[in-house]
Amino acid sequence: MTPPLLEARNVLKHFPVTKGLILGGNIGWVRAVDDVSFRIDAGETLGLVGESGCGKSTTARLVLLLEHPSSGEILYEGVSLQEMSGDDLRRYRGTVQAVFQDPQSSLNPRMRVGGIVGEPLEVNGGLPRGDVRERVAEVLRNVNLDPAFARLYPHEFSGGQRQRIALARALVTHSRLIVLDEPVASLDASIRSQIINLLKDLQDEHGLSYLLITHDLAVSRHLSHRVAVMYLGRIVEEGTADTLYAEPLHPYTKALIAAALPVRAGTPDDTVVAGEVPNPMNPPSGCRFHPRCPLAMARCAEEEPTLRDVAAERRVACHLF
Amino acid sequence: MDTLADAPRAPLLEVKDLKTYFFTRWGTGKAVDGVSFSLGERESVGLLGESGCGKSMTSLSILRLVPRPAGRIVGGQVLFQGRDLLRLSEEDMRRVRGRQIAMILQDPLSTLNPVFSIGDQVAEPLRVHRIVPRSGIRERVAKLLSLVRIPAPESRLKDYPHQFSGGMRQRVVGATAISAGPKVLIADEPTTSLDVTIQAQYLRLLKDIQNESNLSILYITHDLGTLARICDRVAVMYAGKIVEQLTVEDLFERPAHPYTEALLQSVPRMDRKVHRFPSIEGSPPLVHALPPGCAFAPRCPRALDICRREFPPVTKLDNGHSVACWLHAKDPHDSALAGSQERP
Repeated sequence: MTPPLLEARNVLKHFPVTKGLILGGNIGWVRAVDDVSFRIDAGETLGLVGESGCGKSTTARLVLLLEHPSSGEILYEGVSLQEMSGDDLRRYRGTVQAVFQDPQSSLNPRMRVGGIVGEPLEVNGGLPRGDVRERVAEVLRNVNLDPAFARLYPHEFSGGQRQRIALARALVTHSRLIVLDEPVASLDASIRSQIINLLKDLQDEHGLSYLLITHDLAVSRHLSHRVAVMYLGRIVEEGTADTLYAEPLHPYTKALIAAALPVRAGTPDDTVVAGEVPNPMNPPSGCRFHPRCPLAMARCAEEEPTLRDVAAERRVACHLF
Repeated sequence: MDTLADAPRAPLLEVKDLKTYFFTRWGTGKAVDGVSFSLGERESVGLLGESGCGKSMTSLSILRLVPRPAGRIVGGQVLFQGRDLLRLSEEDMRRVRGRQIAMILQDPLSTLNPVFSIGDQVAEPLRVHRIVPRSGIRERVAKLLSLVRIPAPESRLKDYPHQFSGGMRQRVVGATAISAGPKVLIADEPTTSLDVTIQAQYLRLLKDIQNESNLSILYITHDLGTLARICDRVAVMYAGKIVEQLTVEDLFERPAHPYTEALLQSVPRMDRKVHRFPSIEGSPPLVHALPPGCAFAPRCPRALDICRREFPPVTKLDNGHSVACWLHAKDPHDSALAGSQERP
């Protein structure tokens, strides 16, 4: 069996919390990512869904090698990132790219579009200048932009066009996996759907894999093949997008979906879950969701449920299942 | 179900043919261009639109807070209980802001002052408008905070904004807004910075407060999901104009304007999945360079010749539904809410 394109095995990332600047003592740990495992196959989109502070962005940063796991490992085509050496790592960084939420701040305002999109090729080395220009023109066409735009600066574009430029930069190195961190959150509704369509087209044409980080369940439903729901550093439920949205099992997933569904005016809305996400420095005992869970039992406060297979392609961490 | 679309009572707030223009180096930007709508007592009306459509500028115009000197209200009326706010002196206007019409903005972190305690900030409108005697302020503030479900409010009066979570901060902003007992609350994207489950909590709280305090709400948003949770009626804006007004049910069931229709279809929804979105090509026009005729015509799949020449009259459909679109115009002369539409 071929290994998945990317696999995370029991990944932990704990950040120390210190007090004071000079004689600072460590007063605790934020368990941003706490024993998270997932895989992404070639040509597949995994949606990582959750509210702020759930650890989804830290997970993305771990995949992008912007952070290193406190323990556990991330494997690319079966090879652990920790064991990769210089050349392999450079290749990895070339094939795994990212698109961030705000194209206003992710594109250098002093560089022309051609330079921005071509930069990964220069960093990863070896292409003659003419070839770089040709490749830049090609990816700009791929994202439905005029290759002549290479001479312009980011401020001359609208938000949707800027996000296309960011996408072109992510594609230019023939990448295989793109980490999409809230790729459409800053865009207007009519532009958002254009970018979602474009992301789907690019995936079909180039066999790309996406790790989609989002708080927007509707966006994740339309882009993801599989979805993992995170809460306070843990994956609480995972499944194919179709089954997970049609029949959510974990009470937190249910609450998230209910909160995002448009409620018909006038119908009673009793789906609102109480309370807020607790402090990740001091997560609740047992199941981390139990203080807010409408179905919590005595056992939930004592024993933390493990993520178990409940059906094919379906895992859930809840004592009810 | 409380459909107030054609309720006969006199509106509390009535905006008539409001025009707010920006005069800049690049020309005149018609940010708000002939906007008319009304808000009844205890009614919630949504202003729906994408960024740059003029929805926020409309709400700032109502309170006369348009950024100067570039922006200026150049025409129209804002009638509040029959009085035209645009004709009040600045001093009289100050008595309206907060006291009669209050506002909640998108980001609670920039609304709250980080160096004043929560108690001081919620108390400010009470002090400015001299609503309660000094000795009663503390008690009143604690009551307001408990109204927005802040646990143990007495003990948190001396806390600072950074000691509150995002959801709590936005609730504190809400408490400040209603502290002087306004009749109208303008909420400009109040939930955008909140998490989904917190959004749902916040909107329910807003609805509860509306019922308890007899508030009318003008809800500014680009988000159809939250709009459905709070509004009775909706005005859809595009390029500085209201293109359609209808009840929330009609918005989802039978939108009439091609823009509204396209907007509904292009929003990813949880309750149905499509492989491709029928997306609207192009992007909204800039207010400095509006095309002649209907501003949506260049993106409209059903545009007629006349759409590119003349702005359509407003046509009244049933159930208080009105739309500005040539596809629905029965006769160019029965423009109902018109008077505002300039003709070439």
